[in-house]
Amino acid sequence: MKESDIRFGKLLILVNGLIPLALLIWDKSQNKLGANPQNFIILTTGMMTLIFLILTLAVTPLRKITGWNWLLQFRRMLGLFAFFYGSFHFLCFFSLDRAFSVSSTLSEMVKRKYLIIGSIALVSMIPLAITSTNRMIKRLGGKRWRALHRLAYVAATAGVIHYYMQVKADVRQPLVFAAALAILLGYRIWNFFLNRRPADVPVTAKK
Amino acid sequence: MSDPKRNPPDEITSPQVYFNRRNFIRAGILAASAVATGVAYRELNPIGTSTKKKIETAAISGIQTNSIAATNNDSGFFVNEEQTSYEKITHYNNFYEFSTDKEEVAEAAANFKTDGWKVSVEGLVQKTKVFDLDDILKIAPPEERVYRMRCVEGWSMVIPWVGFSLSKLLDAVQPLSSAKYVAFETLLDPMRMPGQKSAVLDWPYVEGLRMDEAMHPLTILASGIYGHALPPQDGAPIRLVVPWKYGFKGIKSIVRIKLIPAQPRTTWSDYAPNEYGFYANVNPHVDHPRWSQATEQRIGEFGRRPTLMFNGYEEQVGHLYAGMDLRKNF
Repeated sequence: MKESDIRFGKLLILVNGLIPLALLIWDKSQNKLGANPQNFIILTTGMMTLIFLILTLAVTPLRKITGWNWLLQFRRMLGLFAFFYGSFHFLCFFSLDRAFSVSSTLSEMVKRKYLIIGSIALVSMIPLAITSTNRMIKRLGGKRWRALHRLAYVAATAGVIHYYMQVKADVRQPLVFAAALAILLGYRIWNFFLNRRPADVPVTAKK
Repeated sequence: MSDPKRNPPDEITSPQVYFNRRNFIRAGILAASAVATGVAYRELNPIGTSTKKKIETAAISGIQTNSIAATNNDSGFFVNEEQTSYEKITHYNNFYEFSTDKEEVAEAAANFKTDGWKVSVEGLVQKTKVFDLDDILKIAPPEERVYRMRCVEGWSMVIPWVGFSLSKLLDAVQPLSSAKYVAFETLLDPMRMPGQKSAVLDWPYVEGLRMDEAMHPLTILASGIYGHALPPQDGAPIRLVVPWKYGFKGIKSIVRIKLIPAQPRTTWSDYAPNEYGFYANVNPHVDHPRWSQATEQRIGEFGRRPTLMFNGYEEQVGHLYAGMDLRKNF
């Protein structure tokens, strides 16, 4: 893929990734977020976080299956979008739900399991965002960088659990995310065992 | 002669045109993808585009301006707080019989017909009777009651109901002394209530009250809001309202009321007994296992307000639970 195509691809992701935010702001300005706008904003930004986490985790399996190595070029941007929406989601909770009260935010966060798990998801994305630059990749070295960025699995898993825990009874939507995540993580586990060369596999326990 | 392997110069697209076309195509792709993303967002969040039709229901005649409320503010019949708008009361509903999405119940329930509605009052009573809706509404004159409504999910409204005390109906059918509880049942008809086709809850929806709770004057059978008959999404044609309990106790579209000797099973408590109790009294000190009940989002307000004990009706109903451990009997 040409350099200019990649740049265009990134522009595509940038524009499309911002559209949900733009529509959210537009609907808010038109007073069209329903009876409980606070709730709607928090829910929607959370969903966007999960969608981008799933898209980020879909890059590697898709690349391996299709052989389209250029897909890798877009992964950073997808991941950063997940972090962006996740941070925004938290800010909305802090401002709209907790009315900017640090103490009530903190006390609520330690008391509620779903908030602890949500915090794990968000916090685990911070080092990923920080080390997303080319320079950081070089500084860490590919191997260490890849190991660190497995935290994305933690973020996505915790994010889906965080969503599931707040639903009263109709768990269909969180289960869709869970299913997508299971496929993406399942693929990696499957690959891991498939790629273990026979030499790596101990034939017997004897030495 | 020109080299046959090469295109004549006039057939080669000039770089300028080539790049223009490329840019043109790219702009097209960008625009198309943006539209597709926008449409997908709208499909998943129809809220921003849904036009909220005002639901026209018949005005209820002969509503009594309540004399007790006028003379005695302690009745709890008339909460002096800003009333939630009609539009919000009718477009933010928990009514899983139609949809699990609160914003979509109104549309899903729009064609729900209640013609020929009957309510069977039965069990441990002297006078078992199947009432036509009109007859049950004649049991007592309709009164306006402005109550807080606190949902177990952590939001609340102030709703001007039209209804009458359930005790009036119970008095009319003469309960036997062996009647200790009242059990209520919603219509079971998956054709008319499409949400019942999915097994998200165990249908039909059932609820219950202890006899003294059922006889309390604050407990009403409501048939209207804002002076008009209930629209389908709010529980037409007749529903229960128990203002000091979480909203899910207020069973909608009632077809059966049965007086019984023992505590009945109730839908949400069956679904998750550790999360939803039989009593379900609003209590800021007893949290839902997964979220806090200390505060609530009053629909239409910014920020959260503290939740009141028994939803602000402690003075009127606190005595019903004297000596009970409300942590255990949540």
